[in-house]
Amino acid sequence: MALRRALSRLLVNSQRCSLISVSRAQGTSAPAAYEEQAKKAAKTPKVQFNWRDALDLEGLLTEEEIMIRDSFRTYCQEKLMPRILMANRNEHFHREILNEMGELGVLGPTIQGYGCAGTSYVAYGLIAREVERVDSGYRSVMSVQSSLVMHPINAYGTEAQKQKYLPKLARGEILGCFGLTEPNHGSDPGGMETKAKYNPSSRTYTISGAKTWITNSPYADICVVWAKCEDGRVRGFVLERGMNGLSTPKIEGKFSLRASATGMILMDEVEVPEENLLPHVSGLAGPFGCLNNARYGIAWGALGAAEFCFHAARQYTLDRIQFGVPLARNQLIQKKMADMLTEITIGLQSCLQLGRLIDQKKYNPEMISMLKRNSCGKALDIARQARDMLGGNGIADEYHIIRHVLNLEAVNTYEGTHDIHALILGRAITGLQSFTVGK
Amino acid sequence: MSARVLVGVKRVIDYAVKIRVKPDRTGVVTDGVKHSMNPFCEIAVEEAVKLKEKKLVKEVVAVSCGPQQVQETIRTALAMGADRGIHVEVSGKDYETLGPLQVSKILAALAKKEQADLIILGKQAIDDDCNQTGQMTAALLDWPQRSPEDGTFASEVNIEADKLKVVREIDGGLETIKINLPAVVTADLRLNTPRYATLPNIMKAKKKKIANVKPADLGVDVSSRLEVLKVDEPPQRQAGVKVETVHDLVGKLKEAGRI
Repeated sequence: MALRRALSRLLVNSQRCSLISVSRAQGTSAPAAYEEQAKKAAKTPKVQFNWRDALDLEGLLTEEEIMIRDSFRTYCQEKLMPRILMANRNEHFHREILNEMGELGVLGPTIQGYGCAGTSYVAYGLIAREVERVDSGYRSVMSVQSSLVMHPINAYGTEAQKQKYLPKLARGEILGCFGLTEPNHGSDPGGMETKAKYNPSSRTYTISGAKTWITNSPYADICVVWAKCEDGRVRGFVLERGMNGLSTPKIEGKFSLRASATGMILMDEVEVPEENLLPHVSGLAGPFGCLNNARYGIAWGALGAAEFCFHAARQYTLDRIQFGVPLARNQLIQKKMADMLTEITIGLQSCLQLGRLIDQKKYNPEMISMLKRNSCGKALDIARQARDMLGGNGIADEYHIIRHVLNLEAVNTYEGTHDIHALILGRAITGLQSFTVGK
Repeated sequence: MSARVLVGVKRVIDYAVKIRVKPDRTGVVTDGVKHSMNPFCEIAVEEAVKLKEKKLVKEVVAVSCGPQQVQETIRTALAMGADRGIHVEVSGKDYETLGPLQVSKILAALAKKEQADLIILGKQAIDDDCNQTGQMTAALLDWPQRSPEDGTFASEVNIEADKLKVVREIDGGLETIKINLPAVVTADLRLNTPRYATLPNIMKAKKKKIANVKPADLGVDVSSRLEVLKVDEPPQRQAGVKVETVHDLVGKLKEAGRI
């Protein structure tokens, strides 16, 4: 008790102490100066440290962004949080959430027209953060629909395709998936083996190949598939469920993102009408444009998961008493929380800046790589630390943290692994590529 | 139907916040504390917007009295579907002493000015729990007033041929009442479930107008006839005493002079 009082006296009086030492050094004119300073110090109100928002991110958001964030946060906490425990435990995908999110207008939020909200990228980031605070699987579903299905159709599709698909995707009436990764080609999509052959007589493309690790595919109504054409260029095609030769088996035995359904896209000579080609892009710029869009959302989202873990661990260590004191009384615990707070705060500030730059069209892909890599890596570390702080209870899904730990393993890996983004940055820093062994 | 509905919305400390009394005991701490729309007012807005969607009402106007910050609350109402807002500027000392009597005078004046046919208010505010504004407003306007109480099966408010039809749950079952318009309705908890403001509506809300008005413009004097002497925390719960038998219990009660 005496120690605590002495400590608090030290902290409160540190300001006064420094003033006194300054005035002593200056001699007899000092007392007057000291009075002045003390009066000034008393007038400016003390700004409290807010561990929930240490660098006042809130103050940098517009009123509209705050309203969007608040409204969607309420939905996530009231409607998604109650479902996630069982959904994750039983690996059940709640298809209805797409319709619910569609009603709220949060699918494809940055798209103008076609039933979409047309809001800022910062708002998109805030939305992703709120969903991922509940579960990364739900956020993956939302990211795929918004950035990997609606975005390519909007950016690279014909007007007819946009009219046909976008409003229904925005409402969550139809579910889409994005087929780029193959069993033998993950980090090097350029080496893909899926082929598209043009048939001039029927004006169709015949597509054959296999895609894997495709979020939503078992339940998807449409698939945006990237295939190599005869000229060696990669192009995007919209495949629809029911086309002959198209099947989407589920991947079993997944221990991450269990609340979202992941599967393969198997194409055995699927005939796709040429109207389903996305004509306004060719080459890897197409899929990469979509991935960058999604990666930006993930940069925000991962920090939402990290925030949940940090807050949960804080509450747990405040409540749990061992050796007569709360766990939070211990130095090792406090150090861990200090690290979590710092990384989350700094991460969010950088995401906000990136969002603003994107809205001003002053961004480039390396910025997004940097933040996706940072947010995911740091969030995974925070989740693991938080799990540790909960001890044995930390491995029970009732406490939710272990679910985030498992999810973030996938989040750190997909959309460009931690290491691949490092290579992207390395190339930008040095001008030398280190992806391949050759020159 | 060309009816216009006035909905009162109050900015209060968020229901989830732990309230702390100010050190000088003149009130509670509000600086830097999260505020939001009074939950009963949310239900009132939802009901008004529902009536508009059923095409029974033409325009929904959201009103709030207070300083600059209440505009956030009006914007939330606009994001839920209200058409325009009115911000009655009351600040400083006047705002601290603003109570149901002054608010109802303001609402009555506005109802006449805007030619409102229906006023929907929350039953009470979660900060003062007065449950008076609706009744006072009705009395000042000499309009009928009704509270549709909760209803597990959608208690309803409907407009039929210039009358307000209200269904409420009572002990013996459901009661259906028809009252003449114009009227005042106060919303209780189970009247409806307020919608989440959708993104497109939040963005549309930016363009909707909020008019600024001063109480003096409406001829209302906001000075209070009440003076708050002291605000205290509820007394700390004292530990109880366990007794072994009923005999002991009776003995203890007699000791305490209770029986």
